[in-house]
This record gives sequence, C-alpha cells and structure tokens, in this order.
Amino acid sequence: MGKAKETLLDPILNNNPIALQILGICSALAVTSKMETAVTMCLAVIFVLVFSNGAVSLIRRHIPSSIRIIVQMTIIASLVILVDQFLRAYAFDISKQLSVFVGLIITNCIVMGRAEAYAMQNGVGMSMLDGLGNGLGYSFILLVVGLVRELFGSGKFFGMEVLSLVGDGGWYQPNGLMLLPPSAFFLIGAIIWVLRSLRPEQIEEEGH
Amino acid sequence: MPKETVGKTFFVAFAVCVVFSVLVSGAAVYLRPVQELNKLLDKKRNILTAAGLYQPGADIDALFGRIEARLVDLRTGAYVDGVDASTYDQRDAARDPQRSVEISAAVDRAGLKRRAAQAAVYLVRDGGRVTKVILPVHGKGLWSTMYGFIALDAGDVNTIRGLVFYEHGETPGLGGEVDNPAWQSLWDGKRAYGSDGEVRIALIKGQVDASRPGAVHQVDGLSGATITSRGVDGMLQYWLSQNGFGVYLNRLRSEGVS
Repeated sequence: MGKAKETLLDPILNNNPIALQILGICSALAVTSKMETAVTMCLAVIFVLVFSNGAVSLIRRHIPSSIRIIVQMTIIASLVILVDQFLRAYAFDISKQLSVFVGLIITNCIVMGRAEAYAMQNGVGMSMLDGLGNGLGYSFILLVVGLVRELFGSGKFFGMEVLSLVGDGGWYQPNGLMLLPPSAFFLIGAIIWVLRSLRPEQIEEEGH
Repeated sequence: MPKETVGKTFFVAFAVCVVFSVLVSGAAVYLRPVQELNKLLDKKRNILTAAGLYQPGADIDALFGRIEARLVDLRTGAYVDGVDASTYDQRDAARDPQRSVEISAAVDRAGLKRRAAQAAVYLVRDGGRVTKVILPVHGKGLWSTMYGFIALDAGDVNTIRGLVFYEHGETPGLGGEVDNPAWQSLWDGKRAYGSDGEVRIALIKGQVDASRPGAVHQVDGLSGATITSRGVDGMLQYWLSQNGFGVYLNRLRSEGVS
C-alpha cells in the first residue's frame, strides 16, 4: 500500500501538476474568482482524470502506437462532454458561469499528460489513483487561489458575505485586482515560492 | 509492444469510437429533458430580468404570473388569438417554410436570412395595467447567434427599459460582456425611435457623451468586441424596423396597449 499512498499524495505537494509540472494554468486563472466555480471545476477535472487514466490504462496494451494520442484524446473528450452534459442538467447556473472552461478541460495538459506519462505504463487501479492524486493537487492550488481571490476581491466566501463591503455600508474596500485573471498568476507564483521554500528539492538547477 | 497491423489499428479505432459514442449520446439523450427544463426556466428568468422584476432567489414561476404571453403577426402587427403563446417555439417556426418568411439581403441587418412570421411577445402587468412590453430579439454576433429580450416602456412604446441575452456564444470577457450588468444598465432610459419614427438607437464606438443631444439614442459599444457590438446594433436595427416589430409597435402607439 506504500506505493498507492505515494501515488495518491505525491501530486499534492511533492509533484504538484500546477506548481511543479507547470501544467493546466489557464483554467486556474479563469474559474478561480469564486469558490463555487473553482470547486465545480476541481470536481470536473478529478472526474475526468480518474476515468480517463482508468480507461487508457485498461486498453493500454491494445492501443497501436500510431493512433495512441488520438485514442487518448477521444477518451478524454468523451468524458469531458459527459461532465458538461451533467452540469447543464443538474447545475445549470454554474455551467453558464463556467461557460467554455468545462469544455476546455479537454485541452488541459494535466489530463493528456498523465494519460501519456502514467496510464500508458501502469495498471488500472494505480492509474486511477494517480488521476485522483493529480486531481487533488490541481484542486489544492485552485481552492487556495479561489479562496484568496473571492475573499479579498469581493469579501465573500462561497457567495456568503465575510468582509462587509464599503459599497454595502461596511469597512472593506474590495481589491479589484483580485477579480481579474492576472491575480491568479501572481498567487500561483507566490504558492510556488512558498512550496519551494518548504521543499528546496523542487528548485530547478541554474541554467535549466 | 504489441505487433501492429493495419487491421488491428482500424479495429481499435472503430471500437473506441463506438463505445464512447454510445456513452456520450446515451448521456445526452437521457439528460435532455432536464436540460430543456433548465433552459425554459432560464429564459423566463431573463424575461423577468429584462422587465426589471427579477430578484436572485425569487420563485420564477410565481413572478412570471404577472407576465402575459401573446402571439403577434409581424406583418400586420395584430395579435393572433386562439394559440397558446407560452408554448410557441419561434426558432422552430423560423425553420418551417410555411411559418416563416425570407429576409432580403438589403434589410437583413441581423444576418438571419429567415424569420418566423409570428413572434411571442410578453406584456408585463402591474395591477391590471400593462407597464412594459418585452420583445424577443436575435441576431448574429461574432461566433454565434445571440438570443435576447428587449423591454420597452408601455407608456410611450419608445423608451427602452432593458436588454438581456439568454443565449449566446460570444467570447467571455469581450463580446460576452453583453451579460455584464454594468453594460446592461446603460440601456434603461434610452429611446429606440426618433421623433420622425425612424429607428435611432445605435451602439457607438467608445463611450457616449451624455451632454450631446443625440445621446439618448446611443449606447456604449463593447471594448474589444467590435463585431459583437455591430451584431447587437444590427439586431436592434432589424427588429425595431418595419420588417420586425415596427408594425406591431406602431399599432400599440396608436391603439394603446391592451
């Protein structure tokens, strides 16, 4: 079980897809202005990662090398469509806010990256765990960024008022920068900085 | 690595496609009824928003009780009775050659090519009196056809009270800013027609100078979204003209809103 635990927990801090592998940043910028959309995105990505890794791993010995990438793509795209359809049926308002970004999970490098780098070489159970682990690593970053952006950008947490805004007669002047996508960039940079201070082995060599 | 043959490659490709097509189509078909219900509720919410009646968290169906749906014949401007306007599917009608008309290229400002012969309009009542008239409008944007509602004040059938879009595929942050409440609030109080009865409302490039006389007919264009802005402009030019709701609105002005 040691290997399983490592596969599951490594991607959260030691090998985080966003902070170390530097993958999947685009969606992190777009959907983290509110916790509600960030959480939905995290759940969507975890679902896609777990099942695409599982499916790719299941048929890995039978995929001809010449159509390998396209087959992975078909599997990933189908799963993303499933998620999108599900959201439109049972979480319509959130799906409207997420608009194109659920569909863009297909282009999220993390999903394709793990399918190619892990699922093609490992068993179904471990691949699904790896998918879950990377999904959790991705979620960790998104939730931290989402928390900071929603709290300091609009004084709210999951839409509920935490800091009373000046506009509503309170004291907190919201930080407009936090509502704009570039703020996510700065926050991710700060998170990478903190992570590498705690884990210096993640720092790349000079001249890398 | 397994031995690769052409036959195996085709087989794997075929099998993967079949399995996942079944999965995706199965989900789409199974979930469609729920999704349609959501879309209908969303459309109602948008009509309420255009009317200025919507509050977040409100019971949409209860609020919608104040709204009366009527079917209008766009050519004559008269109401069509005996048909349930609330279930009328205008998009369906636009595709049916029997129930739609072709739009000549010279007047097709909205890029629609065809439009339904009849349209469902929504009358907002306040204590029995009609206060607003809500018209469905649609037109080509940059990436998509944008569907929305425009609300006119029933008093002069000229002052715009709101414009909301319930469906579009424009770029988030650019053309998608049609959904920004700050931009939507610019429409309240603008006048659609000039004193000569011509359609005067227009989206301009940049910000409207409120001190200039024509400002009541102008709305700020969307920054970085020229084609979407032109699409909104063209859409309104068409639907407010004699080829769209113009005949109906003239009737309302002369006969009064019933």
